Amino acid sequence: MADFDLLTFMLALLAGAIRVGTPFLFVSLGECLTEKGGRINLGLEGILVAGAMTGYAVAYLSGSPWNGVLAAGGVGLLLGLLHGIVCSLPRVNDIAFGIALMLLGTGLAFFLGKAFIQPQAPMLPSVSLGGWSDDARVRSALDINVLFFVGLALAFLLHWGLRSTRWGLVLRLVGDHSESAQALGYRPLQVRVLATAVGGFLAGVGGAYLSLYYPGSWNEGLSSGQGLMAVALVIFARWQPLNCLWASLLFGAAGAVGPALQSVGISAGYYLFSAAPYVLTLAVMLITCRPNRSLTGAPGELSLNR
Amino acid sequence: MSDFPTPLAGRLAKLALPGLPTVLSIISSFVLFMVFLSLQGKPALEACLLVFEGAFGSSFAWESTLQRAAPLMLTALCVALPARAGLIIIGGEGALVLGGLAAATLPLWLHGLPPLLMLIAMGMSAMLVGGLWIGLNGWLRQKRGLNETIGSLLLSYIAIALFNHLVEGPLRDPSSLNKPATAALDTSLMIGVISEDAFRVHWGLVAGVLVCLMAYVLVRHSVKGFALGVVGGNVRTARMLGLPVDRLVILTCVLGGAAAGLAGMYEVSAVQGSANASLIAGYGISGILVSFAARHNPLAIIICAVLVGGIEASGSLLQRRLDLPDATTLILQGLLFTNLLAWEAMSGRITRWRMALDQRTARSGKTEVQYG
Amino acid sequence: MSDINRRTFLKLAGLIGASAALPFSIARAADKPLVVGFVYVGPRDDFGYSQAHAQAARIIRSLPNVRVIEEENVPETTAVQQAMEAMIRQDGAELIFATSFGYFDPHVIRVAQRFPKVRFAHCGGLWEAGKHPDNIGSFFGYIDEGQYLNGVVAGHMTKSKRLGFIAAKPVAQVLRNINAFTLGARSVDPEITTSVIFTGDWSLPVREAEAANGLIDRGCDVLTCHVDGPKVVVETAERRGVMSCGYHASQAALAPKGYLTGAEWNWETAYRSHVEAAQQGRPLDNFLRGGLAQGFVKTSDYGPAVSAAAREHAEQVKAAMLAGEFTLFKGPLKDNKGNLVIAEGQLLGQTDVALEQMNYLIEGVRGDV
Repeated sequence: MADFDLLTFMLALLAGAIRVGTPFLFVSLGECLTEKGGRINLGLEGILVAGAMTGYAVAYLSGSPWNGVLAAGGVGLLLGLLHGIVCSLPRVNDIAFGIALMLLGTGLAFFLGKAFIQPQAPMLPSVSLGGWSDDARVRSALDINVLFFVGLALAFLLHWGLRSTRWGLVLRLVGDHSESAQALGYRPLQVRVLATAVGGFLAGVGGAYLSLYYPGSWNEGLSSGQGLMAVALVIFARWQPLNCLWASLLFGAAGAVGPALQSVGISAGYYLFSAAPYVLTLAVMLITCRPNRSLTGAPGELSLNR
Repeated sequence: MSDFPTPLAGRLAKLALPGLPTVLSIISSFVLFMVFLSLQGKPALEACLLVFEGAFGSSFAWESTLQRAAPLMLTALCVALPARAGLIIIGGEGALVLGGLAAATLPLWLHGLPPLLMLIAMGMSAMLVGGLWIGLNGWLRQKRGLNETIGSLLLSYIAIALFNHLVEGPLRDPSSLNKPATAALDTSLMIGVISEDAFRVHWGLVAGVLVCLMAYVLVRHSVKGFALGVVGGNVRTARMLGLPVDRLVILTCVLGGAAAGLAGMYEVSAVQGSANASLIAGYGISGILVSFAARHNPLAIIICAVLVGGIEASGSLLQRRLDLPDATTLILQGLLFTNLLAWEAMSGRITRWRMALDQRTARSGKTEVQYG
Repeated sequence: MSDINRRTFLKLAGLIGASAALPFSIARAADKPLVVGFVYVGPRDDFGYSQAHAQAARIIRSLPNVRVIEEENVPETTAVQQAMEAMIRQDGAELIFATSFGYFDPHVIRVAQRFPKVRFAHCGGLWEAGKHPDNIGSFFGYIDEGQYLNGVVAGHMTKSKRLGFIAAKPVAQVLRNINAFTLGARSVDPEITTSVIFTGDWSLPVREAEAANGLIDRGCDVLTCHVDGPKVVVETAERRGVMSCGYHASQAALAPKGYLTGAEWNWETAYRSHVEAAQQGRPLDNFLRGGLAQGFVKTSDYGPAVSAAAREHAEQVKAAMLAGEFTLFKGPLKDNKGNLVIAEGQLLGQTDVALEQMNYLIEGVRGDV
């Protein structure tokens, strides 16, 4: 406790936020798209794990981590497509199907991933932004993965896209009031399936980040509910892509705070710290939700609303 | 189109129809399972046969299956009861662990009760704590508009973190050296099996079946159950009818949570002997699957719990005989669940078929009466 | 071990096994083979705990007249009771190895009571005569000796004088390892400190990576761990350019530059002892313990980064351990809160029960139980 250094602590927290938050970023952006279209995909946890395994396996077999990322995205696309298509059938509850998909995706990933627990796959490269510093800790803290920048760009792209392009408008219309979209000649089901598929793609990429960079290894305990937290994150972010960015960093920091505090000497109650992101989400949802009034910004067609 | 020979045949057909999606989904999921295994170069047919053998093929298999099914019946109710009121709650895991903790620690501060009364008290405390936790969910939904699915998930994670913190911290038994746990229960408080020789399954199974039966009676044959159904069907109508919607919703959540908490108590006192990290075994997640497979019908939950328990029990045989990874049963469960939900889409068509059957049966009935 | 060494070792092991069985195999050859069951709590290839067991199981599999059945990923619930019972009833197992600590109470005890003719060997359990059934034997290795040697090498190689330890939970076996590691390092330089981070569970890759990064950020330049799968910690250390010491099994392949040495299990010794006793009809050994000297644990080869001085010191200590002349835990020893936990002049041998109940961190460890 004697050498508690605020600057180092904050730096470690920032670095941790970015490291731990990047998968949240991708998964939440993907879910944001899906939910904007009026569908909720709880199967993201399964897609995340399946993407992690596929990314690792393909990277190992092909020798290039980027092939792995693409493959992971591809698997996510397929699973998202499955979710979208089946949930387009009448009377299929998308929340229930999402949970089913979670089981299936996780099972497939564990089964097929058995052969890849031992080998080492090539890792994704990172960009060293801290080269200007002499302090090794600052340098390593600012060693940020390329995917984070991709995610950053994506957040802005989606923000602009949803606001200003025709496709963004169509998506929002389909998600808010599908009858109007139909009247205008668009096919809501098709749009939703597409949005869910793209959401799955992004979630797969998020999974690839876990296995190909941080922690950078494939085994069965890789995900600790990050896919499901991303769904909460999207609500927390009010379905705005830019908010997803800040929220991901916040969740990442909440995930990193436990070990960061321990390394500084505060080690009591580390389980409670691990619950920090969930408590945070709950608190924010409590503050911003009101009964009998749908969550502001929620797409009208989302089955979360009653 | 000819009419039915007897009204009885028509009635039987009508009864069997709702089961059609379930039967079709079981067939299609096994087919997909076999295709998957064949693609992997594993013996598909043998695997399916092993699943049946491991689940139902011997008295030992039945014991394993029923043992695993016991907690699932209760955790499935944690999803099924709120579903009656239109909620989707997936936080049974949290209620189970907190209920188990409550039951395990009750003997520490409540002394002087004979074992039977103590067990009843433990059960009550587990149900209370579990019920409060999910009831909180319901309360947050009604009074603060918090979405109950996400809320139940978050509360479940928080409950597990709280459980770990308490078990490894303030409530830890100092003599539990390498595996943090609460103080071990006295042997008089350990629930045993139904029959040492004939049927080695603990009494939690009986509790599960009984509670499911009670739930069925409540949901289908009581006024409260009917009221819950109205709330689940159309909230506005319920309010117009003057039903106390908020109270009903919270009540159903409390009941669901109580069931999950009871499962925790049985897990502690019939299996573990104390509250420790092994309590977090995914019974809540499997319970979600069971409830949806049973379409939230408490009677069907008993059957579906046995089915899911059987699949999980067969994993052992698959590992040892065919060297398949344990994730194989996870895949089968996932396939079953996804297929079930997909075939659900047929249920609209089935309703139309049932109506057509009704007409035909009525016609054939008239014919009988004319001649008889 | 290099491939050639491993093959030779296996051949030798097979020969020894065969010859050991020879005088009795004439009698048993007509009998059916001994069916031995293994139950693992995690995956067999986790580069860590379960893998160490599985590797030894593979050696047992190569013994003559032995049939091995395995089941992995079995949680510490009724599932393990069912798994063991299935092995006995469906496959005729006569000897079962239950390899996770949490299997002991109540699971192994219950099944052992039901099948008094079957032998159960449990890893890590505290068997007590009279309290537990006689057909259970518990075995464990004093791997803290390996961690002590890790500490000695780390103590030589560290430049920042800060070592990092990523631990799962603050339970006795883990604390013993942390303390042994620190004692080894401080025997080289009393200024060295170990920073501990507890992740909370035996396998949490994201938190382990975070803890590893955090410790490296705080200046630790040698990392070791006590988690089920050390792969993440070792790989993270290698990526960040710091050194690492392995645990459970050898992770040298994962960190060609920074791997110093490691504390590994050598479960084969305990396994063989139980299998042979079963084959020869000798009574089950109820309490089997051993360290380096008895072949229950071993150390990894030294990595390229290890200096000659470090190697020499470590070998010296190792020789003393092998000769039975070395006491790890001796007084006066204070914990990191200032209390005296081992009195002046007191020597605690490895078999001392007090060590199995350790609940403190010694002076020089930064962290809280």
